[in-house]
Amino acid sequence: MTKRFFKSKIAYHYAHDPSAIVGSFLLLFFILAALLAPWIAPQNPYDLEKVSLSDFLKPPVWMEGSDPTFLLGTDDQGRGILSTILYGCRTSLTVGFGVVLIAGSFGIAMGLLAGYYGGLLDSVTMRLADSLFSFSTTLIAILMLGIFKQSGVLIVIVAICIADWVRYARTMRGSVLEVKEEAYITAAKATGAGDFRLLLKHLLPNAIPPIFVVLAVDLAVVIMLEATLSFLGVGVPLTEPSLGMMIAIGKNYVYAGKWWLVVFPGATLILLVAGINLFADWLREELNPKIEKQR
Amino acid sequence: MLTYVARRLIQGFVVLLAVSFICFIIFRYTGDPVVTLAGRYATFQEREEVRRAYGLDKPFYVQYVRFVINAARGRFGKSYVSRVPALGLILERLPATVELATSAIVISFCLGVGLGVLVSLKPYAARNRLIMAGSLFGISIPTFLTGILLIMIFAVYLGALPSFGRGETVNIGYWRTGFLTLSGISHLILPAFTLGMYQLAVLLRLTRAGMREILGEEYIKTAWSKGLPPRKVIFKHGLRNALIPVVTMTGLQFGELIAFSIVTETIFQWPGMGNLLLTSIYETDQPVIVTYIMLAALIILTINIVVDILYAFLNPKIRYD
Repeated sequence: MTKRFFKSKIAYHYAHDPSAIVGSFLLLFFILAALLAPWIAPQNPYDLEKVSLSDFLKPPVWMEGSDPTFLLGTDDQGRGILSTILYGCRTSLTVGFGVVLIAGSFGIAMGLLAGYYGGLLDSVTMRLADSLFSFSTTLIAILMLGIFKQSGVLIVIVAICIADWVRYARTMRGSVLEVKEEAYITAAKATGAGDFRLLLKHLLPNAIPPIFVVLAVDLAVVIMLEATLSFLGVGVPLTEPSLGMMIAIGKNYVYAGKWWLVVFPGATLILLVAGINLFADWLREELNPKIEKQR
Repeated sequence: MLTYVARRLIQGFVVLLAVSFICFIIFRYTGDPVVTLAGRYATFQEREEVRRAYGLDKPFYVQYVRFVINAARGRFGKSYVSRVPALGLILERLPATVELATSAIVISFCLGVGLGVLVSLKPYAARNRLIMAGSLFGISIPTFLTGILLIMIFAVYLGALPSFGRGETVNIGYWRTGFLTLSGISHLILPAFTLGMYQLAVLLRLTRAGMREILGEEYIKTAWSKGLPPRKVIFKHGLRNALIPVVTMTGLQFGELIAFSIVTETIFQWPGMGNLLLTSIYETDQPVIVTYIMLAALIILTINIVVDILYAFLNPKIRYD
């Protein structure tokens, strides 16, 4: 099985596409950094005993007045920027993967059912999907979190999922409608396969490839959205580390020339999201039968 | 065609009703309106009076019907904080948001489609690879970060452009515009680019992808071999066909644009609706929040329906039955 994979066309294309490799390694790097944060971070920025206010606003090590303990400097509370970034990546990735998992499963299921059964179920689901889509996940999440004034990683995940499943449902439905017409589906029906078997064994695996692209793009979008929500102060609470909140704090010191409060967490966010997008780009071209690889 | 328009209108109306129901629930059940209206230190009798005076003792459905009727007349109650009608408060700030959003759309559409066509003509040229790398950067940077980085570069470091407020404005009737003064325009540049940047990158990539597929079609080859000038082949035969998904996307992204105008207005202290919404959220000013939601829903639905109908007119291939 593994041998077959390494000899496949996909593996070959991947190994010959520098942007796919760079993208996936960036993502892998940040996942590892987030997982290992408690062991590799120089300090735990959310352990009040380890943080001293007297260390506030120290510049990065190569500048004057710095402290070698804080490689990338400190924020206004004396938390090390590097450590806070490592912990912040955990929140970003937890929310990202959490939403992709929950909204993805729900959306795929809804798309599958709507596409297969059609009729009232289909039109109600799709009208709901259209409305949620036009109001946009961002607007709905900002309003939900702002009005109910609850905060926490789980709540943020739920608020994003409310409208985000729609992306998956629309794509899945479209794909199911195409696959449904294939001869092998008719054949499976003729051999007496029940709805359940038909849906899970024949439709799901054949209709799912386009979802992979949506999944990758959505991961990038959700990570940016979490940062945006936390930046606005409606996302994760102050007691949780978050790249968005770091940048919100840093914004207050931009005019005072303390650039490192914004630049380092900002660069982390951009690299993380760009890595995912690079990988998504490769996946899109790979799975698009219309574009034949010209290399 | 007429039935299609009618059906779209009815659908829009149903969605608007659903939104009004959600707004009613928010208004009625998040925070106690009686306490808010009568004041925290009101006696039991005073609270009961307020309850009766505002009809809050009536059954649920009666209250909802009244809410809808009032909403249809533009009466959403007074802001808890500033004690003036919520609708007026928001409408006063509408021009600022509309001007910002329009500028952002124009920037992102013109630059996005223009650069997208340019890149698609020679996808492997060095300059175009650079543009594509830039567009990857564009879709990987959240709007709020774009704003702060632009402020850091152009306002703090270079000191070239203002980074907050709208500058000098001129009143034309009720409409307060910033387009007519030099200070108004200079204040608009950074926020408009911030709001338009992400969409610019999205449209660029969409145009490029569409053009790449279409430029390989047989009818484009025919057009070239007929000896048509490049301008005609690229724009009339190519872009016109590639533009359909781009226009759809621009219409669909309108909700997203409104959401990100909240972010942009907050960063640049732009005196628009989004900025007001966020302040109202912090202050739990329910009537203003509800009015904002209803107005945003109305605007988004109207734009969607108009785009759909235009689309049906422009693209005879699509039949609605």
